[in-house]
Amino acid sequence: MSDAPRLPLAESRAMTDQAQARTEARPAPSPVPATREDLRDHLPGVEAERRVTDWGRSERIEGLFDRTVIDFFYRYWFRVEVEGIEHVPSRGGALLVSNHAGALPPDAPMIAKAVREEHPNPRPVHLLVEHFFKGYPGFAMLLPKIGAVPAHPANAHRLLYDEGALVQVMPEGRKGSEKLYRDRYRLRRFGRGGFVATAMRAQAPIVPIAVIGAEEAAPIFAHVTALQRLTGLLYFPITPTFPHFGLAGMAGYLPAKFRIRFLEPIPTDEWGPDGAEDRGLVQTVASEIRARIQDELLEMVSRRRSVWFG
Amino acid sequence: MRSRRVLITGLSTYWGGRLALALEQDPAIEAIIGVDTRDPTVELERTEFVRVGNQHALIRRIVGAAEIDTVIDTRLAVDSIWTSARAAHENNVIGTMNIVTACGGPDSPVRKFVFKSSAHFYGCERDDPAYFTEQMPRPHPPATPIERDIVEAEEAVSEFDRRNPDVSVTVLRFANALGAGVTTSHLRLFSLPVVPTILGFDPRYQFIHEDDIVGALEFAVREDVPGIYNGAGDGVLVLSEVLDLLGKPMAPVLPPFGTGLLAGPLSRVGLRIPVEMLNQLRYGRGIDNRRLKAAGYAFRYTTREAVIKQGEHMRLRPVLRGARQPYRYEQEVEEFLRWSPNVRHSGATAGKAVRPSPRQVHELQRALAALGERSAEPAGPSEPTPAGAGEADYDTLEAAEVIAVLPSLPRADLEALRRHESTGAQRTDVIAAIDRLLAPSRSAGG
Repeated sequence: MSDAPRLPLAESRAMTDQAQARTEARPAPSPVPATREDLRDHLPGVEAERRVTDWGRSERIEGLFDRTVIDFFYRYWFRVEVEGIEHVPSRGGALLVSNHAGALPPDAPMIAKAVREEHPNPRPVHLLVEHFFKGYPGFAMLLPKIGAVPAHPANAHRLLYDEGALVQVMPEGRKGSEKLYRDRYRLRRFGRGGFVATAMRAQAPIVPIAVIGAEEAAPIFAHVTALQRLTGLLYFPITPTFPHFGLAGMAGYLPAKFRIRFLEPIPTDEWGPDGAEDRGLVQTVASEIRARIQDELLEMVSRRRSVWFG
Repeated sequence: MRSRRVLITGLSTYWGGRLALALEQDPAIEAIIGVDTRDPTVELERTEFVRVGNQHALIRRIVGAAEIDTVIDTRLAVDSIWTSARAAHENNVIGTMNIVTACGGPDSPVRKFVFKSSAHFYGCERDDPAYFTEQMPRPHPPATPIERDIVEAEEAVSEFDRRNPDVSVTVLRFANALGAGVTTSHLRLFSLPVVPTILGFDPRYQFIHEDDIVGALEFAVREDVPGIYNGAGDGVLVLSEVLDLLGKPMAPVLPPFGTGLLAGPLSRVGLRIPVEMLNQLRYGRGIDNRRLKAAGYAFRYTTREAVIKQGEHMRLRPVLRGARQPYRYEQEVEEFLRWSPNVRHSGATAGKAVRPSPRQVHELQRALAALGERSAEPAGPSEPTPAGAGEADYDTLEAAEVIAVLPSLPRADLEALRRHESTGAQRTDVIAAIDRLLAPSRSAGG
């Protein structure tokens, strides 16, 4: 744990200086407006009678889901063990970055549940999900209610910077969740580093998270492209329970033992919000974070005696 | 810059009329002129209506002749249910182009241009942000005619802004409007006994109350706020919550796939869902209103309050149906009231004459008595002895108070008062009111 690879911050900073001259010539098109008007004082007030937040989150439905399904999986099915929860800040925005796996990935709700259960100051976690879900009937209705937010950089910026909320992101995206069982615990590309740029713009710390168990809980053995096209889903996997047990089989998880390790946060304010415009720096930081999670995963898997009992 | 002489294009739209009514209350605005092709739909007092289309040459002449310093364009059609696509295009794109042409040019007196636009500018797509801010471009090119029109109209306005750097241009993009006076395709849908929605979707919705639309337009006229601003009530609801507040059951009967195909047959059975609304019913939209708030505008209603208010109105509507005759614009009556020498109280007080309170009468009489004593003294550089007392008394009276008492004064007093006012406080509205009272007797005498 203690000898985990550290980010070469000094090197990164040196790179910023070098890259400064290069980036000034070509302003990278930014999805988040470049102007930094501070409008945080003008956020809408809280209306107590509201049932659904401005993000479409419903406390009632989320609570119901949390008390039943999530709680069952967290306590009894996956028997989640959490390390390093103190690395999640108690206030202000923070970006939780983790690896991602499983046909219908169970890791994301388990991490959110871990923050709710173990943290001294439990706060709701907003999970960034693909835009696909906003356009797919059913998902579009349910996912926002239980805390999902479409993964738009502007949404992440507002949550992190303006609202000071916890945001969870899986930079591997569907590349992580659709990967086959034989590729387990080998991280995919971390997107294009957009999550680092977002965190830098919002000046929010990044908390890397390594989670094991999800790969074995919902392994994918193959993909059926023709059925994927037919259903319009992101992918159509063959898992131990899907498709032969129907749609419910998607959530037919095997009882693997989960272990979630929150790693030491990486502050982003030392690069300043302009760091986000420096592609080189963003990529460096992103691949450092990826390497750190990868190392941690391999270490956790190497110490695990049993997939099912930990 | 303080707006004094304003031109409202689209006076006969609901928003143009409401804005004119609001601006009429402001005595600092001395001239309000409205243009449109149809008759105004609200009872206007001192707004002058000129029937003219979107011909830029004619509007330019009006602007020049009346020395208009502020133009407010409320014409934009943002709901395709009321017009054909062609008429909307003519109004939104060609009309806007003509109006900015009429306001531009080196000799134009226009110093401020306020444009009422719509959040349809941003569209509704799957990969939209949850809150559009003013600087964000559309993520996709517009797909529906009305959105295309709005984008093109805004392009014309921003080009006008670039070419006329000394004109302050404000663009207000409003979310879907709610209110007792507005009729939109969303309100038509919500007024059905059971509201059909798209199966499997619960879109985010943001609304703005009609008073806030008028308020924000008025704010843009009063204050100098160049730039683009989003106008929407605080808070974003989901459709299910909106319908719950309205007390309407939600029926997710529209199929999630091929919804557009169904729109045709549905319109034949009386359920018209315009194309730009289909995407909103699917993906919803939120806009960030904080820039307008930071500029100083305080919204009167949150989205939730606007919806609750709408619900109250919708429950009352069947009870009040037909209770009040809609206003009809009568050209001859309006012209008589405005121009006939026989009208003693201008349109501003006709119908609802302001009765001065006894206190007002007493105060003005006392102030006038003091004035009279002073003017009775031999002319000359009389030392401003205790005189100040009377003057101060009179000048501390509110303009509205003075105007209310004026009709009860004898002619000589009025003339003395006019002399005093024109050398002293020079309140244009007071002088104008005195002149109105003096004018008939003058012409009768001469």
